[in-house]
Amino acid sequence: MRLKRRAVFAVRLAAIVLVVIFIGSFSVAQEKQVIKVTAKKFEYSPSTITVKKGVPVVLEFTSLDRLHGFDCPGLGIRSDINPGKTNTVEFTPQKAGTFEFHCDNFCGTGHDKMRGTIVVTE
Amino acid sequence: MKLDIGRRHFLKVAGIGGALLASGLWKNSVIAAGDDFVFLQISDTHWGFSNPQINPDFAGTLKEEIASINTLKSPPDFIMFSGDLTHVTDDDQERRKRLTEFRKVIAELKIKDVRLMPGEHDASLDEGEAYKELLGPEMHYVFDHKGVHFIVLDNVSDPRTVLGEAQLEWLAADLKKLDKAAPIVVFTHRPLFDLVPGWEWYTRDGSEALKLLMPYENVVALYGHIHQEHHHMTGHIAHHACKGSMYPLPAPGSVPVKAPVPWDPAAPYRGLGFRTLDAHVKPVKYDLTEYSVNGEVMK
Ligand SMILES: [Cu+2]
Ligand SMILES: [Fe+2]
Repeated sequence: MRLKRRAVFAVRLAAIVLVVIFIGSFSVAQEKQVIKVTAKKFEYSPSTITVKKGVPVVLEFTSLDRLHGFDCPGLGIRSDINPGKTNTVEFTPQKAGTFEFHCDNFCGTGHDKMRGTIVVTE
Repeated sequence: MKLDIGRRHFLKVAGIGGALLASGLWKNSVIAAGDDFVFLQISDTHWGFSNPQINPDFAGTLKEEIASINTLKSPPDFIMFSGDLTHVTDDDQERRKRLTEFRKVIAELKIKDVRLMPGEHDASLDEGEAYKELLGPEMHYVFDHKGVHFIVLDNVSDPRTVLGEAQLEWLAADLKKLDKAAPIVVFTHRPLFDLVPGWEWYTRDGSEALKLLMPYENVVALYGHIHQEHHHMTGHIAHHACKGSMYPLPAPGSVPVKAPVPWDPAAPYRGLGFRTLDAHVKPVKYDLTEYSVNGEVMK
């Protein structure tokens, strides 16, 4: 009997915790800056990405042709960009400024020119 | 077989970045052994490149080098082309054409022991398909020559700039068979260490390969890709980059955006050439000699 009551209590507690987590994550998700970026030989679109300092950013990359890469050493973030799927990079910019990024998976004749910038505003 | 003396000797020479090697000062200390031999490294021939502002003799530079190699006073036992044999093209048929032409051009070499490996320009876009068909089949392999174990690694055919799990396992298995003192020469196209990661002058999992090589006492790593002579140590492992044979690239990290160094009419072919390595097995030591395109020893 006591065991059963304990079990019920545990289940209720777990349910409350889950609801709290769900609401919590929902409100955080609302604040995120989600930006879709496409990559193709030999450009990103958009090639200038503007985000706000201190607000979490989600970059959602898709490739329209072949494997590309995304490397932004100034912000310490990188990812492969595979065709046929979405690669996401999440980060929270801590300082304002302009940060160059480039393709770091050799993709062809224009590979060295495949670049862009992330502008972090105050 | 222990080659401790050799290692210390080699360290001393390798540690000063090849300056002494080029000067000829070290030669007095060499204990001649019967097994000494010469091999030659040539790199980044970029066959198919055709920008006359960068190299007006784009069709003749490699042929000139071949003529120089054919008349070397002490001919090498073998020649290694360390990648970027051809210049990148987005067209699969054109890539095949360039690889085929390259093969024809180098057939003029008198030395017939010629070994090849791909660079990212040859093999990244189709993961080595055309290369394997025309110049392969192997893109990573080992061979032994007069007591030296040569390991050719492929850090280009996976476009992610990696060697990859499978190749690292293969390397570990190959190394396991060797004595810790065995003389080992590793060839890669890109450097295994982080030279300029932002320029892709690195191998993303290169540190894994270096970790496997570190317990071996006599390892030297030769590479291309950066189109200039460069010397660097990671622990006791010396890394030597070879000049290119089509266009030079700027010094590591010296400019914001990496681009070929334009041709200087006042100094044609400047920064281009090849090198020979005098391999001494007892003690283990390699003397590097840098040559210009026309076969002059660079001082
Ligand atoms: Cu290269
Ligand atoms: Fe190259």
